[in-house]
Amino acid sequence: IFFLQIFAFLALMCLILAIGNGIWEHDKGYYFQVYLPWAEGVTSASYSGFLMFWSYVIILNTVVPISLYVSVEIIRLGNSFYIDWDRKMYYPLNDTPAQARTTTLNEELGQIKYIFSDKTGTLTQNIMCFNKCSINGKSYGDVYDVSGQRIEINENTEKVDFSYNPLADPKFAFYDHSLVEAVKLNDVPTHRFFRLLSLCHTVMPEEKKEGNLVYQAQSPDEGALVTAARNFGFVFRARTPETITVVEMGETKIYKLLAILDFNNVRKRMSVIVQSPEGDLTLYCKGADTILYELLHPSCNSLKEETTEHLNEFAGEGLRTLVVAYKSLEEDYFQDWIRRHHEASTALEGREDKLSELYEDIEKDLMLLGATAIEDKLQDGVPQTIETLAKANIKIWVLTGDKQETAMNIGYSCNLLNDDMEDVFVIEGSTSDDVLNELRNARKKMKPDSFLDSDEINIQFEKSSKKQIIVPDEQANGVYGLVITGHSLAYALEGNLELELVRTACMCKVVICCRVTPLQKAQVVELVKKYKKAVTLAIGDGANDVSMIKTAHIGVGISGQEGMQAVLSSDFSFAQFRYLQRLLLVHGRWSYIRMCKFLKYFFYKNFAFTLVHFWYGFFSGFSAQTVYDEWFITLYNLVYTSLPVLGMSLFDQDVDDRWSMLFPQLYVPGQQNLYFNKVVFVKCMLQGIYSSLILFFIPYGAMYNTMRSDGKAIADYQSFALMAQTCLLIVVSVQIGLDTSYWTVVNQFFIWGSLSVYFAITFTMYSDGMYLIFTASFPFIGTARNTLSQPNVWLAIFLSITLCVLPVIGFRFLKTQLKPAPSDKVLLKIKEAKKRPPPPSPKRRLRRTSTRRSGYAFSHQHGFGALIMSGRNMRPKSPFATTGTFSPNSDKYKHKGL
Amino acid sequence: MKNKTNFLPKEGEAHPSRCPDNSAFKQQRLPAWKPQLTIASVLSSFFLTGAFCLAVGVCLVLSANSVREIQVDYSDKCSDCSKLRENSSNWNKECHCSVNFTLKEDILGDVFMYYGLQNFYQNHRRYVMSRSDAQLLGRNINIQRSYCAPFSTYRNGTPMAPCGAIANSMFNDTIDLFYNRNSSVIEVPLLKTGNSWWTDKNVKFRNPESYNLSSAFAGTARPPYWQKPVYLLDEKDERNNGYVNDDFIIWMRVSAFATFRNLYRRVRRIRHFADGLPAGNYTFRISYNFPVTRFKGRKHVILSTVVWSGGSNPFLGIAYLVSGTAATLTGFVITGIHLKLRKKKTYFQKQ
Repeated sequence: IFFLQIFAFLALMCLILAIGNGIWEHDKGYYFQVYLPWAEGVTSASYSGFLMFWSYVIILNTVVPISLYVSVEIIRLGNSFYIDWDRKMYYPLNDTPAQARTTTLNEELGQIKYIFSDKTGTLTQNIMCFNKCSINGKSYGDVYDVSGQRIEINENTEKVDFSYNPLADPKFAFYDHSLVEAVKLNDVPTHRFFRLLSLCHTVMPEEKKEGNLVYQAQSPDEGALVTAARNFGFVFRARTPETITVVEMGETKIYKLLAILDFNNVRKRMSVIVQSPEGDLTLYCKGADTILYELLHPSCNSLKEETTEHLNEFAGEGLRTLVVAYKSLEEDYFQDWIRRHHEASTALEGREDKLSELYEDIEKDLMLLGATAIEDKLQDGVPQTIETLAKANIKIWVLTGDKQETAMNIGYSCNLLNDDMEDVFVIEGSTSDDVLNELRNARKKMKPDSFLDSDEINIQFEKSSKKQIIVPDEQANGVYGLVITGHSLAYALEGNLELELVRTACMCKVVICCRVTPLQKAQVVELVKKYKKAVTLAIGDGANDVSMIKTAHIGVGISGQEGMQAVLSSDFSFAQFRYLQRLLLVHGRWSYIRMCKFLKYFFYKNFAFTLVHFWYGFFSGFSAQTVYDEWFITLYNLVYTSLPVLGMSLFDQDVDDRWSMLFPQLYVPGQQNLYFNKVVFVKCMLQGIYSSLILFFIPYGAMYNTMRSDGKAIADYQSFALMAQTCLLIVVSVQIGLDTSYWTVVNQFFIWGSLSVYFAITFTMYSDGMYLIFTASFPFIGTARNTLSQPNVWLAIFLSITLCVLPVIGFRFLKTQLKPAPSDKVLLKIKEAKKRPPPPSPKRRLRRTSTRRSGYAFSHQHGFGALIMSGRNMRPKSPFATTGTFSPNSDKYKHKGL
Repeated sequence: MKNKTNFLPKEGEAHPSRCPDNSAFKQQRLPAWKPQLTIASVLSSFFLTGAFCLAVGVCLVLSANSVREIQVDYSDKCSDCSKLRENSSNWNKECHCSVNFTLKEDILGDVFMYYGLQNFYQNHRRYVMSRSDAQLLGRNINIQRSYCAPFSTYRNGTPMAPCGAIANSMFNDTIDLFYNRNSSVIEVPLLKTGNSWWTDKNVKFRNPESYNLSSAFAGTARPPYWQKPVYLLDEKDERNNGYVNDDFIIWMRVSAFATFRNLYRRVRRIRHFADGLPAGNYTFRISYNFPVTRFKGRKHVILSTVVWSGGSNPFLGIAYLVSGTAATLTGFVITGIHLKLRKKKTYFQKQ
């Protein structure tokens, strides 16, 4: 990253020393030739200087830390293993641990600014669940305790016992016992409500084994409704083109199916007309509340109000609602209508219009029955995760193939969009100009200044025309959301609108792109990568997310139901969306901080190490004489200092995982890359230079024109080398101690171990035996014994340590006191909070009081009604259908008074 | 890691769980000491180091001041000789000069005599390398392959003993000290041996083995600048001759800087000099052999006593005093800043 600068720095140092050598050889070395002739072939001072340049390149090359690469890889590998090993990212239900599939991206996990998420299977489980309902003005589904307080539903809440119904789906869970009571008490509206649910749909049943019903539903919503009816005792059992078989409270009834008034996007409702075995003709209708409320009979007004209240409540919880209603039909009217219907459906022209007219004719004056609320089951902890990530200043873009309604609905239910937002812009223009206008209007509202010529970004754009533009972050005047449809996105992604889209979208806190193709997903990611200097992360589970996952800097695969493609092309994988916050806020943040601390320390120690040679050059005739023993130079990076810094960068934690989750703001410095950038690099360079000055001049001063306490000379080269290298090693060890904020046993072992290994190796290498065996290699014999026994040597070492370390302590402390960075404040807050007992882990359910009407629970496609009525999709004879072999009149069932 | 054995049997089915182990290491929950920069630790570190440095500084300065040192620069005073030595053809002519000085007070205790050189780049890389440790160990090796060049062999192939630029440039002035007492001149007894490191004398330097020294060095020649061969360095003392000569050993321990002093002699504490050097007039009688004028070098002779912290160099003491003062002052500044900030904070909290 900074290698070019370092190389330039190295070249500069070598140049200075080479010139110095030239001058020195000219002024002094030339005359010193009596005692030290020039080397063979050297004829002039300038040539000597030239040679010296290369000698110094060899000596000073340790500023370019080559061993850094190895260490970086080890650290990344270690931090990847931590991800694999994390039990808090292990999903026991399908036995899936988190997996780091690439080991080179860990620190980028701590710098994510944009998350691109798939919806289905990632945010949601793709399971619809009948959650609540309102029947005849009474709301069911909530659980209250004795005192009337609403209870949170969790695993321990008692489920409703459906054992009275042998055909019940065991997976279905409902908690409100009062609804079952109502069913058992033969409450008429309740029965009618469930009868409607069991009749008014286009679901196909499948019963391979008796009693084992499987529903094939066009949309999961419908399936959920029919399953609910089934469990409450209205079992949809079989259908033929003309009939529907329902087991009503154990009693098999065959309804004649007279017509299906199918769903489409305009009608937003569907109806069926059936004749009961008793001969009553009834129209059952379900649909979006906005539509159905217009069609109600005036007598339902008071019920309508109550139901509306319930609907609002449901919507506030992010549930998908439907209103259900019915109407009894007169025989005559119906015969007339069916005749006209037949005519219309065989008409050659304008058939659709005629049919819809007819539908409207019959679907009026409906009697309101109630409302259903279906939960598009989010994965566990999704809203909390999204809230946390948003607090960490991460922008979340949801890219989904779903319809806008569904997407927005999910947006609300997982807390992406909420009512605190100033506005949610919806971009759905169908021409390039429309889209441009919509985008511009949105931006105008968010940041009116951004259209002025004086706006910095506009000026910047003009300057850097056509070239690679990086759009800086812009601050909107509030919290906004943006919803854009795939159609509009296609226009917006075209060349000239790209910039507009990026500027507008990136100002919003949340962006939802609906009905996008896999390719568009990748294009959106590409767009942000191109115009923003930010690290992006894409998360998805299906094959359609692969392109997006591959495009983003970091791809995360949810190893879920939808196969393995996403996981295989991802960098990290785990089973649940909620693990993302742990991956980013804990692992990512730690990895980033560790890597930054590592780099800072590594550069520091190499600068401090190498620059001493530079200063020594001025005192040794620029002769490329090293300060330290050759062995020390060899072992410094390899043995003496490698383990402590590795220990720090594998174990360090400034705050533990709990706090980094509680204070997501701690993530922000990573996004802005505050812990290692040019300024930080220059700082640690300056610190290294300062240390090297101390490390050279304190031993120099302490040895100059003095002697040992026994009168012998002290200032010999070997003693000086030993003193300087001992100073250096202790100083960098103390420095790593200062940098380490999490001293595990391993750190202690590494740091103390390295120091003792240094002394052990030094004394060994400087011993008599080594000298007598390897005379040429270990000329420092006796230096350690003779020098380290001197009090003033140790005093000089202590002084160097003090002078190197104390300023750092003071500077760091004063910086947090005088100019605390936001993260420092958070850390301070944590420190204060630690004194108090830890707060209870927040486990509240997100409740919003929303007046927004949520999306209606339909698949948003044209229904299958015609197909069913034609019977073409039915097998000629299904083994259990219509025969009613099931006799539900068990004793237990009767016993309960039904 | 450790838990693995405990953990598996619980889940020990045919298909082992992929759940990671619950060890403190893998879950990054190793117990740890989390030091933090608190006001207490910062202030105590500053004040304690400050106090310590001041104390040590005072001790060092006091002890450095108690050192008596006399330094005489004789490169100018012996200008006749230095001129003579500028011409290398006069190498075998002897030249003597005398330098007088007066001691007003007695120098008590052990007195050491050093020679000091200035501007002599003993730390030049090629100079430092230019020696053969194996040869100095008395081994019979081919010094052609050492770094001794160009001071390894003569043109006729005779190897130099010892070889290399360091040995060749050995300081070869002889300095004697005389005490002028009531017009009688007494030579101050000086010790030649015991001035080098024990390891150097006994391990690092050894004479080649033979029945006597001159035969041990047979087949070698003295380095070009020497006046006598290595086995005649100290004819009177067998154990101070050849490679194990103290003057030679000390010279071979090259200095880290271009200005340095090496221990030359110690005053032997007998008779008049039992307590050190008494006050009076003294004369250094110098046999001037070592030319330094060519490269603007200077030569000194130094008489000094020593204390526990070494010689009279006040650097360390002053540096300690300065650092101690700075640390203490910074401690006060930090205290001030902290108090001010805290006042502000409580003020805001009250609001």
